[in-house]
Amino acid sequence: MSTLLLVTLLLPLAGGVVVAGLPGERQLLAKQLTLAISLVVLVLTLVMAVGFDPGGERFQFASSYTWIADFGVRFALGVDGIAVVLIALIGVLVPVVVAASWNDEPTGGRSMKAFFAWLLVLETMMIGVFAATDVFLFYVFFEVMLVPMYFLIGSFGGPRRQYAAVKFFLYSLLGGLIMLASVIGLFVVSNNQLGEGTFAFDALRQLEITPGTQKLLFLGFFIAFAIKAPLVPFHTWLPDAGAEAPIGGAVLLVGVLDKVGTFGFLRYCLPLFPDASRFFAPLAIVLSVVGIFYGALLAMGQSDMKRLLAYTSIAHFGFIGLGVFAFTSQAGTGAVLYMVNHGISTGALFLIVGILINRGGSRLISDYGGMARVTPLLAGAFLIAGLSSLGLPGTNSFVSEFLVLIGSFTTQPVFAIIATVGIILAALYILQMYQRTMHGPESLTNPRLRKARDLDKRELATLSPLIALIIVLGVYPKPVLDIITPAVEATMVDLGATDPAPTVAEEGTR
Amino acid sequence: MDETIEYAAATGALSTMWLLIALPLFGAAVLLTGGRRLDKTAPSMGTATVALTFALSVFYVVTLAGLDNRSVSLNLFSFIPVTDLQVDAGLLLDPLSAVFILLITGVGGLIHLYSIGYMHDDPGRRRFFGYLNLFVAAMLLLVLGNSFVLLYVGWEGVGLASYLLIAFWYTRPGAATAAKKAFIMNRVGDVGLAIAIFLMFATLGSTQYADVLGGADALTGGTATALALLLLLGACGKSGQFPLQAWLPDAMEGPTPVSALIHAATMVTAGVYLIARAAPIYNLTETGRTVVAIVGAVTLLIGCIAGCAKDDIKRVLAWSTVSQIGYMFLAVGLGPAGYAVGILHLLTHGFFKAGLFLGAGSVMHGMHDEVDMRKYGALAKRMKITFATFTLGYLALIGFPFLSGFYSKDLIIEAAFDKGGTSGWLLGGAALLGAGLTAFYMTRLMLMTFFGEQRWDKGVQPHESPTVMTVPMIVLAFGSVFAGFLLVNVFPLESWLEPVFGPRPEVEHVIEPIVVTLLVTVLVAIGIAAAWLFVGRRQVARTPPVSVSAVVRAARANLYGDALNESVFMRPGQWLTRALVFVDNKGVDGAVNGVAALMGGSSARLGRAQNGFVRTYALGMLGGSILVVAALLAVRFG
Repeated sequence: MSTLLLVTLLLPLAGGVVVAGLPGERQLLAKQLTLAISLVVLVLTLVMAVGFDPGGERFQFASSYTWIADFGVRFALGVDGIAVVLIALIGVLVPVVVAASWNDEPTGGRSMKAFFAWLLVLETMMIGVFAATDVFLFYVFFEVMLVPMYFLIGSFGGPRRQYAAVKFFLYSLLGGLIMLASVIGLFVVSNNQLGEGTFAFDALRQLEITPGTQKLLFLGFFIAFAIKAPLVPFHTWLPDAGAEAPIGGAVLLVGVLDKVGTFGFLRYCLPLFPDASRFFAPLAIVLSVVGIFYGALLAMGQSDMKRLLAYTSIAHFGFIGLGVFAFTSQAGTGAVLYMVNHGISTGALFLIVGILINRGGSRLISDYGGMARVTPLLAGAFLIAGLSSLGLPGTNSFVSEFLVLIGSFTTQPVFAIIATVGIILAALYILQMYQRTMHGPESLTNPRLRKARDLDKRELATLSPLIALIIVLGVYPKPVLDIITPAVEATMVDLGATDPAPTVAEEGTR
Repeated sequence: MDETIEYAAATGALSTMWLLIALPLFGAAVLLTGGRRLDKTAPSMGTATVALTFALSVFYVVTLAGLDNRSVSLNLFSFIPVTDLQVDAGLLLDPLSAVFILLITGVGGLIHLYSIGYMHDDPGRRRFFGYLNLFVAAMLLLVLGNSFVLLYVGWEGVGLASYLLIAFWYTRPGAATAAKKAFIMNRVGDVGLAIAIFLMFATLGSTQYADVLGGADALTGGTATALALLLLLGACGKSGQFPLQAWLPDAMEGPTPVSALIHAATMVTAGVYLIARAAPIYNLTETGRTVVAIVGAVTLLIGCIAGCAKDDIKRVLAWSTVSQIGYMFLAVGLGPAGYAVGILHLLTHGFFKAGLFLGAGSVMHGMHDEVDMRKYGALAKRMKITFATFTLGYLALIGFPFLSGFYSKDLIIEAAFDKGGTSGWLLGGAALLGAGLTAFYMTRLMLMTFFGEQRWDKGVQPHESPTVMTVPMIVLAFGSVFAGFLLVNVFPLESWLEPVFGPRPEVEHVIEPIVVTLLVTVLVAIGIAAAWLFVGRRQVARTPPVSVSAVVRAARANLYGDALNESVFMRPGQWLTRALVFVDNKGVDGAVNGVAALMGGSSARLGRAQNGFVRTYALGMLGGSILVVAALLAVRFG
């Protein structure tokens, strides 16, 4: 039993409670405390990632406590190679978001203290959802996670925040309830097969569930995750939520929360319901590939920068979905790395767009122009993050996109080829937005932009870690791949899938 | 052909060859992040890194020449390792990459030097030299990488540098749009290259040259053809070949040294490199080779025809580049008979076209950045060095006997005829016709620029460029004159490249070489005479004539390539996007909101209900929890 993970999980929650309890006038202390706690959590997540032994147990830093004994529910935590990198991503993004939101002024007289408190509560929920090894516990985190995000959007967001927050909440709640039915179903099956019901992931994945039952249970999870990810046509909550959320909230919403969906596919759908996964894989892949094009085309048609980024994410989730359901170690590893990389690069893009909006006071692309001359540093950061988003080699996203596509090609050549065409559209929507905001003559409609400030020290400090990660993980992704790969291989074993051999048998040319 | 490919491990001095990429990359990083204090030193710093890289290249190539096995591989680190997929970051120095690194750093160094003068007054010169260094690093990675994935990394890297440099004057909407167009059209090609890499992994289990090229013989004919065509798509994008040629002339929006280095001498020839590198695959597929040759022949004619109708000096040269790369594609499409010849033309073209572009830049420099040849005229006396060097480049390009282009182009035309059969006659005929057209449009350019009457705008005082610009032009002019002779007779390129391409097959000549030479000379003479008749002896109007034939109109419109792209891809794409935005807002989302409204009153009402009232909200959560517990109890006791 290791308490490191437990401490990492509970620390932000405790911090959130403390921050919420501070007197109303201690705003600065609230920020400082939040930043300090999030930095400690960052250190803890990195210690875990470094200490994780890729060749060791599947779930490490595990701990387990009896919770609801009657139903076999345990407060069981543990991380595999997939969860540990996603938790590290959370560790990186939260302090970045804290720093990015430092000078935000909430609308309607609300206190930023509450914002930071909710942020810390959200961090615990996000870590928990990846760290749970008990399906019921996972479900609880999955649902409770909505609460802090609901308040972050609904209280601190843009003009249509109420609408967006409720839409987000209802969508996710609906998905969650459907999943609950499947969670209960799993309990029943385990009760029948093992004599006593359990929610322990390791026990559940060894069940022999009849294909018919598998399909039903699979769909419960799948729909919840497809809403969360989101896959087309379950996506319409995301553009509203992404556009109305405060920038910090948007970064975590798109960067982390949505990954719960794709993580769920890989962690729960594939190992628990292998037959159903194979049965529904064509559907999932079609939805994914449709999403790549649908998200990209809609991104191109947006006039609002935040909505645009939300739609690009739908396209990216299409790539991740394809990687998950292609059932090869390369595609699966690529999909996990994609989740991390997308969090970094889209997180950076949201932050940059947030800074741009801070300067120009508008979310509309058409209100900007020629900013590269006024704010060269901002333009440079925008370009690097954008190039990562379009998967340029040398940036992190190339590695993951390449792995997803090359891995999918061996089992799903047609869909992999169609998805590859999507990289043209990615270049289009990114470069189009970049050209319209950064290139060309300076904007005439908005005179205040002519004297806009370039990045200040705080903003530089916020963006630099992400920019550095974009390049470092683009050049040397091996350490991260080494952590992810064994976990994906284990998932493939659960699923009973093996990588296809090269069609031309070759003898030791290497 | 049953040959295994053996790359020796790099030892000794060659184990430091990663410096070739590290040096310019370091230069780029320092210049781009260094801040304004480097503005003054940036030009010399940027030039120094490339000059040093050139010196290193010479040293490495000399070292390589002294080895028995002239293919040396250096493994740096494991790049993308996932189970059976093992992509290494490694370099390969062999005779083919050796000639490229000399070309890239040699011509690149000269163009950096020239840019010191050309960009002297530009406030963004630090950025300019940073981007140029970045380009050199990416281009060296492209040719030195020892796997198709590393090639792809360099491939998109030079695309980025090209994008940044075309958009260098980004406040001009034309430049920004041209840059985006170049990147997107390149990406279309990159899709082909990417899928080719996937197919290599699926069939051969690797993307390393050693495994793919060494194991290519085991491929089925269909797979080999598919690979050849996919790689060709990538090559067409990068090299501005039909049907992806439209971006290259627009790329002239970038500063002229960029046009010379990236869009004439090096990057745009990467497609030729790719095909030559993948020779073991192309050797397996007659169909693949033929398509390459046809693409080359079609493109060389398109380039010539469009080049005849342009008045912008850089656009004429750009279309000429499209056309000359068409010759190279035609050559490598001929297989073992043409690989080395194609590379030879690539090298000679690198000299004379870079020289011509620098000359054009020098003219623009002296003419207040005017690019319209209708506003030139009689510049020969005002810019003697530019005129002299430009003339030598011109003669080399049209294939004047014993100058560089004469050697390389004649060999291509010869080899095309030697292919035999109808296709041989068609390809050879196209190449021959192209030689005549080249002579026409280049003579027209010479006459409009350097001869005739002054048609300058008021206040324009043409003057010769500073020494720092003329020296590179002079050096390249030497190359234009002697490179062909040297590479054929003194340091024979063909035998140097033999370890890569194998020996050139002996063939019966369909037409005797001397006859080909005579035919070319006659056609070139006709081209020159025609230019004299239509342009030289008449007065050149300062505005382009309006009432022209359909042929001229078509040529001015680049044979409607852009119009086709617009009507087939762009407009339907925009229409689709608009339609989808409408559907997504009204349809998908509308349906969802409708359902929501049915289920629980309107979402606006829900919004009010949830409007910050934690009580209400907590009540909802309690309700949810009760539901959960009830469901659990039902299961447990049901």
